[in-house]
Amino acid sequence: MALAQSKKNTGELIVKSRTENLSLIRDFISSQASSSGLSIEEIENIMLAVDEACTNIIKHAYKSYPEGDIVIKLELNRDKLIISITDHGNTFDPGTVPDPDLQKYYRNGKVGGLGMYLMKTLMDDVKYISVPGKYNKVQLSKSINA
Amino acid sequence: MAEFSTSIVGKGNVSVINLSGYLDAHTAPTLENNFTELIDQNQFKIVVNFTDLAYISSAGLGVFMAYIEKIRDNKGDIKLASMNDKVFNIFDLLGFPLLYEIFGTEEEAIKKFIESDGIGTK
Repeated sequence: MALAQSKKNTGELIVKSRTENLSLIRDFISSQASSSGLSIEEIENIMLAVDEACTNIIKHAYKSYPEGDIVIKLELNRDKLIISITDHGNTFDPGTVPDPDLQKYYRNGKVGGLGMYLMKTLMDDVKYISVPGKYNKVQLSKSINA
Repeated sequence: MAEFSTSIVGKGNVSVINLSGYLDAHTAPTLENNFTELIDQNQFKIVVNFTDLAYISSAGLGVFMAYIEKIRDNKGDIKLASMNDKVFNIFDLLGFPLLYEIFGTEEEAIKKFIESDGIGTK
C-alpha cells in the first residue's frame, strides 16, 4: 500500500544586512529549492523575488546599516515552497508603496517599488507581517505543481 | 561568489558597454560608474550588450532609468542588445520595452544609431 509521504524539509540562513551577501542568499535558495520539483525557471524567479525582498530590507529596513541580521527560512512541503525572511529593522507599510509607474520614473530619473512589484508578479503569494520595534517578516510562497 | 564585470568598447561614435555575470544591488554601482564616465566624456550614444549577463534584479534595471533622461536630453540614447530570454522577461514584466529600444544583436543597435545620424545630417 502506498502511503502519501508527508515530507517536509526546512533550511535556514542568517546573514548580515549587506548587499555583498545577496549572491550567498541566491545560492542558498537555489540549492535548497533544487529538490522541490520546481522547474529551473521557477527557482530562478524565486531567487529573484528573495533577492528583491532582501535588497529592500538592506536599503529600507536597515537603511544600509551593515550589522543587521536577515533570517531566511525555507520550508518545503509536498505542494508548496514557503520562504520567510525576517529582519529587526524599521517597519514599513507595504500598502504605501504604489505599483511602479515607469513614465514617472523616467521624468524623475528615480525608481521605487520595482522590487515589490516583481515579488508580487513572480510569487503566488507575498505577505508582510510587522511587529513594530520587534521584527518584520515577509513571507513568499509558490505552489509546486507535481 | 557571483561576479559582475563590464567593459567599454568604442565602435565609431557609439560606446558599447558589455555586461557579464550578475547585476544586483551590490554590483549596480559598477555600471553606474560606467554611465557617469561616458557622460563625463560627452559620450551619449550608448549600446549595452547583455550577451554575457546571467542575472539582473530591479537594482540593475534602476541604473538604466537613472541616466536615460540626461542622455536623451543630449541627443543620445541607451539601446539594449542581445539579452537572453530570462533577462528580457524581467525588463518586459516591468514595462521597459515601452521606454527602451531592445535589439537582437549589438550590430543592429549600432546600425540604428548610424541611421539616425544619417537622418539628422540630411
